Amino acid sequence: MAPVVLVVVTLVFLMLHLIPGDPAQLMLDPSATQQEVAALRHQLGLDQPLGRQYAAFLGRLLRGSMGTSFKTGRSALADAWPSFQHTVELAAASVVFAGLAGIGLGVLAGARSRSPVSALVMVLALLGVSVPTFWLGLLLIIVFALKLDLLPAGGAGSWQALVLPTITLGSFSLGVIARITRAGVAEVMHADYVRTARAKGASERAVVLRHALRNALIPVITITSLSFGYALGGAVATETVFAWPGLGRHIVDAILARDYPAVQASLLLFAISFLIVNLLMDLAYALANPRITYG
Amino acid sequence: MAEPARVGLLRRLLRNRAALAGLAVIAAYVALAVGAPWLAAYDPSQNNLALRLHPPSLRHLLGNDELGRDILSRLVWGARTSLAISLGAVAFAAAVGVPLGLAAGYYGGRLDGLISGAVEVLMAFPGILLALAVVAIFGFGVFRLILAIGVYSVPTMAWLARGSTLDVAHMEYVEASRAMGGRNRRIMLRHVLPNILTPIIVQGTLRLATAVLTAATLSFLGLGVQPPEPEWGAMIASSVAYIRVAPHATVIPGIALMLVVLGFNVAGDGLSESLDPATSRLG
Repeated sequence: MAPVVLVVVTLVFLMLHLIPGDPAQLMLDPSATQQEVAALRHQLGLDQPLGRQYAAFLGRLLRGSMGTSFKTGRSALADAWPSFQHTVELAAASVVFAGLAGIGLGVLAGARSRSPVSALVMVLALLGVSVPTFWLGLLLIIVFALKLDLLPAGGAGSWQALVLPTITLGSFSLGVIARITRAGVAEVMHADYVRTARAKGASERAVVLRHALRNALIPVITITSLSFGYALGGAVATETVFAWPGLGRHIVDAILARDYPAVQASLLLFAISFLIVNLLMDLAYALANPRITYG
Repeated sequence: MAEPARVGLLRRLLRNRAALAGLAVIAAYVALAVGAPWLAAYDPSQNNLALRLHPPSLRHLLGNDELGRDILSRLVWGARTSLAISLGAVAFAAAVGVPLGLAAGYYGGRLDGLISGAVEVLMAFPGILLALAVVAIFGFGVFRLILAIGVYSVPTMAWLARGSTLDVAHMEYVEASRAMGGRNRRIMLRHVLPNILTPIIVQGTLRLATAVLTAATLSFLGLGVQPPEPEWGAMIASSVAYIRVAPHATVIPGIALMLVVLGFNVAGDGLSESLDPATSRLG
């Protein structure tokens, strides 16, 4: 993982240098004087040789700093941190929702693979992966916030405010998880041990939950943990729709304002959290299946 | 040999009703995009404040937006924008990713280590993050959007091309042309590339769905196509402020977007099932 982190850090550093033109000029008002541009270049360290800039960047990073946000004048990392926590909260809620609902629907459909429920689950799964996240969010707002007045249309701070963004962000993974669970359960429903369990007189419910689901669960665990990574990425659109004060919204605002230190800090936080999720997923996978070893 | 296989593929594809429906949606989408100048009844950028936020009517079948523009005409022209962006992005991804994957799979060794390493790092992150980074660096607009979404798909294309090349590189006909003294470049282009095209085309179809969706998402966020250019995501973004009084302006472009993505997903699934019946999903 360490080399990947270094690559990511280097890419984030180089970002500022890939911008066509002078970043200092771009960040300032077009009417800014030459002195003001030069002062900003100095403040950003852009007047230093690239190697020295890189060393300074790494040094600052080790001290937990990524420069100052142009918009707020505060530490870009400290600015992004509360947003990051909001995103993790939303992403976690959406994974729990997608996991529970997806596995539930998948089991229902897989246990009776030729029933109308099964067809309905397949349609829902297909819609889940095809519906644009941000548009689904807007539809939910129209129905549940504007027409029925049941839930708030945006903001954060209460469990009610979490409901619609969670459903919006979870819908894609819900579809994928339901589809995988259905396929897994349908496959093992005809396995010998399931037939044996039935022959021993176990109830259909026990057969499905205790025997079929347990053996169909490993790929589902993988997909569910993958969906956490997806949720972190999908948060960008969802947070904008629901005015959720997360990292996705933070980075979009920073890009629109050309606040490069804020963009860099957000990208780095996003990237590191993906790496951590990937690492945890590998560990969970190894725990679930002891035959896998990582050398 | 190739002919019966292709006939079989066509027959399987024609029997797959879902895939046919998907292909029909794609055909309609392409027809709209290509025929936009003749199909759109109104100028997509012509404001008409008298018809501001009007619901669907006989003269304006899908209603009017916040500036009184005809939503159907904007939808038709928007199909053109979105098709151009997604085709451009997938073509870019294939043009960069396939040669990289081909070289990695064919030559192996250190070159493979280098390319695979880079691809693995990029695949560890969701594509939207790469797209955001590109947008942050280069700014907004149609061509930058193509670049951003193209970069998004490069790792997938490279990975697929590498895997397929590894399968083919040790086939007898490749070994034979090498034994006959064929040059590597010629072998790659003449013998390996044609035999890895099928999975690449299937993946390309599925990537088009992602590209359409990503383009609309970035435009919705204000980071893609800029108004007044008609684009579906941007249309939804500009109508959000009026969602309470005129929900049709938000709902209609979203339905179009969902249908197209659904079409590509279903057709892509059907295509891969027909190509390789053994991998078809249960049920």
